[in-house]
Amino acid sequence: MLVVVEQCLNGLQFGLLLFLLAAGLTLVFGIMDFVNLAHGSLYMMGAYFAATFVAWTGSFVLGVVLALGATLLLGILLESVALRHLYGRDHLDQVLATFGLILFFNDLVRLVWGPAGLALPLPSWLTVPVQILPGVYYPAYRLSIIIVALAVAAMLYFVVMRTRIGMLIRAGASNREMIGALGINIKLLFTLVFGLGAALAGLAGLMQAPILTVQIGMGENILILAFVIIVIGGIGSIRGAFMAAIFVGMIDTLGRAFLPDLLRKVLSSTAASTAAPALSSMLIYLLMAIILVVRPEGLFPAAKR
Amino acid sequence: MKLSFNARNVVVVLVIAGLLLLPVYSALSGKVFVLTLFTRIIIFALAAASLNLIMGYGGMMSFGHAAYLGIGGYAVGILAHEGIGSGFIQWPVALITSALFALVIGSLSLRTRGVYFIMITLAFAQMAYYVASGLSRYGGDDGLTIYKRSDFGGLINLSDRVQFYYVCLACLLGGVYLIWRIVNSRFGMVVQGVRSNEQRMQAIGFPAYRYRLVCFVISGTICGLAGALLANNTDFVSPAVMYWTRSGDLMVMVIFGGMGSLFGPVIGAIAFLLLEEFLSQFTEYWALIMGPLLLLIVLFARGGIMGILGRFSRG
Amino acid sequence: MAEPLMRVQNLVRRFGGILATDNLSLDVIPGELHAIIGPNGAGKTTLISQLTGQLTPNSGTIHFAGMDVTRLPAYRRSRLGLARSFQITSLLPNFTAIDNVALAAQAHDGHSFRFWGDARKEQHLREAALSALRRVGLEKRANVVVSELSHGEQRELELAVALATKPQLLLLDEPMAGLGVTESARMVGLLKELRKEVTIVLVEHDMEAVFALADRITVLVYGRVIASGGPDEIRNNEEVKRAYLGDQHAVTRRG
Repeated sequence: MLVVVEQCLNGLQFGLLLFLLAAGLTLVFGIMDFVNLAHGSLYMMGAYFAATFVAWTGSFVLGVVLALGATLLLGILLESVALRHLYGRDHLDQVLATFGLILFFNDLVRLVWGPAGLALPLPSWLTVPVQILPGVYYPAYRLSIIIVALAVAAMLYFVVMRTRIGMLIRAGASNREMIGALGINIKLLFTLVFGLGAALAGLAGLMQAPILTVQIGMGENILILAFVIIVIGGIGSIRGAFMAAIFVGMIDTLGRAFLPDLLRKVLSSTAASTAAPALSSMLIYLLMAIILVVRPEGLFPAAKR
Repeated sequence: MKLSFNARNVVVVLVIAGLLLLPVYSALSGKVFVLTLFTRIIIFALAAASLNLIMGYGGMMSFGHAAYLGIGGYAVGILAHEGIGSGFIQWPVALITSALFALVIGSLSLRTRGVYFIMITLAFAQMAYYVASGLSRYGGDDGLTIYKRSDFGGLINLSDRVQFYYVCLACLLGGVYLIWRIVNSRFGMVVQGVRSNEQRMQAIGFPAYRYRLVCFVISGTICGLAGALLANNTDFVSPAVMYWTRSGDLMVMVIFGGMGSLFGPVIGAIAFLLLEEFLSQFTEYWALIMGPLLLLIVLFARGGIMGILGRFSRG
Repeated sequence: MAEPLMRVQNLVRRFGGILATDNLSLDVIPGELHAIIGPNGAGKTTLISQLTGQLTPNSGTIHFAGMDVTRLPAYRRSRLGLARSFQITSLLPNFTAIDNVALAAQAHDGHSFRFWGDARKEQHLREAALSALRRVGLEKRANVVVSELSHGEQRELELAVALATKPQLLLLDEPMAGLGVTESARMVGLLKELRKEVTIVLVEHDMEAVFALADRITVLVYGRVIASGGPDEIRNNEEVKRAYLGDQHAVTRRG
């Protein structure tokens, strides 16, 4: 029972992290109609910046704040130097160009930080277990990820649903010509949205960093998961991304935790231990395939463009 | 095909002649690595040509084409591991498995369009990647060493570098010829028609989905052959051949050379892999140059190398 | 009255809350040229798309040549002899004119899972294509790539493509759209010839052309049929006058 609660929380935590990544991706896609494979690189850069700044300043919080700012700036720089020229181009062009950026960032990191991974040590106040239910302890750090990510999600919801900028963002996602007709500075709006997406990706990366190591290519697998999420959720839909992220996070985590035992009940133990890891990794993709077959536009398609 | 003396055709003829004579150069100069490098290039050129069939002519942007490299490779590797060394069994199995995989993937993915299609093919390839990683009997993550190359009796000896090179080249030229015939056949006309206007093709009486699917399967099968060759070339197969960045590489080769031109992907594969080789001699960090270069090509050189040559010959 | 070639009964199609086709019934008699007119947004293209199978109706039935085709996909209907032209020119832009037409001929010449022979060297397909091109007066432009044809030529090519499928019924969605005065006159002449050979349903804004060509006219407003009959009947119908012909621009030519 305890294990189940813990794994559910882990699933929630992973799902929320995925949401941070997917939210930026789906916004950029929904508004600029831009497929950004390099989003995973921003996630990786967030983690590397954090590891570096935390080591420099000696303060976890200060380092994290600096890293967030750095990722935001990097995103804005990337958008205004290169990527804005790809808006309105074929999706294939965008996929290729940003694929090139992934190659670039991976080698850049190797050059600057070396091929070995970095560690991002947690301050002691984040390593203690917290009692969340009578007799149920959960690591403070993972709990704080949940809280921060929920807060960001709530803030994002507020910004998108309640503010003027949010109105423009939503208008842009459903009808791109309209915001142009409103006389809005689209270039600036796009840059801001891209920067926001980058900062969210960076936040996800640096929060994940203390749990896993900071390493080259860390953004790639999780990027594909984020793509799965926005495809399941319906491209351009924040709400869809949120639901799908939690769903994927849960399925992935619970699948990895419990599938081996479940399989062992049906199959011989050697067969089960062979099949389980592959099957639990496949689970998400299987899910996506099924959803796309049933609903080719995802679960929550954004308004038709 | 009418051969006229434009820059494009001259380059194609020179490239084919160069590839045919390469082993001679390698033997005379004693540079063995040239032969190994080009064997690899030719195999990837075949894979890229197969991707071009669906991408360039069929308009299907598959981001999971490396899966077939892996499937073809694992068919050879697993059979070899189980003691079945005959190429007459290994290669057909590689082709059939790839075709079946393409049939399943295609019949699901082709229900979607655009970015959804790009993503779902990517997801399926990742699935194949994880399946391969989970094959602990066959090395799992670490991959599977193939101790003996496919055995074709007394016919050909794949362990001989030059013979293997020519086998690969024959597969490439045969593959490109096959694609050329397909593209100009009734079937190819339909597939190209569907790429440019699916609704119109339905309205004049073509069930577009079926034609797309068959095209997808043909492409996957050809790529499976490339996978079987690749496994023989490296004497090794691992999940890494199926990793999504490998699919990205294949796409880059196609775009590099010029999508939808028959020989473009071959030129693209040569250019891409030579550039990679060349850059990595200067610096370990070759992708620092390759990455931005890719961005520049997308931004400024549409139509790839063949496109540039085409413009050049038109004056 | 002869057995109708196409019979549409109680057709309904909704988009969200909007009724684009509202309980519509319609008969097309063999040999006639049946025009469908109506103001913008009357649901004419929606109707055509349901007749040809690009859209599925929410309810109602469509019979063609005595067969229920309501749920049949577009390509199957085409094989039964139902052809359409598109309002927005919808050709294969990178193909030559003759390739476009030859593909249509190919669609009705057995299956196309033939992977080896050169389709452009199949004489009977080329000849069928050329004769369709000849009928619309485009044979001299056969080897020109579509994107280099003029707008008027593209409209004519649309017609040639439809003809090459050897249709029993031709559904033409605004064949005069965007044509100049002389081009329109040419098109009217062409349709006058074609109507001798094939049953035609014509959706058109150009009233002059409609009244010159049609045997019968059906008037659509908000997805409903408000009147149906011969040109004189329609001209004198009060409801039509009020709903449609009363418009200032209705009798003038529309771009």
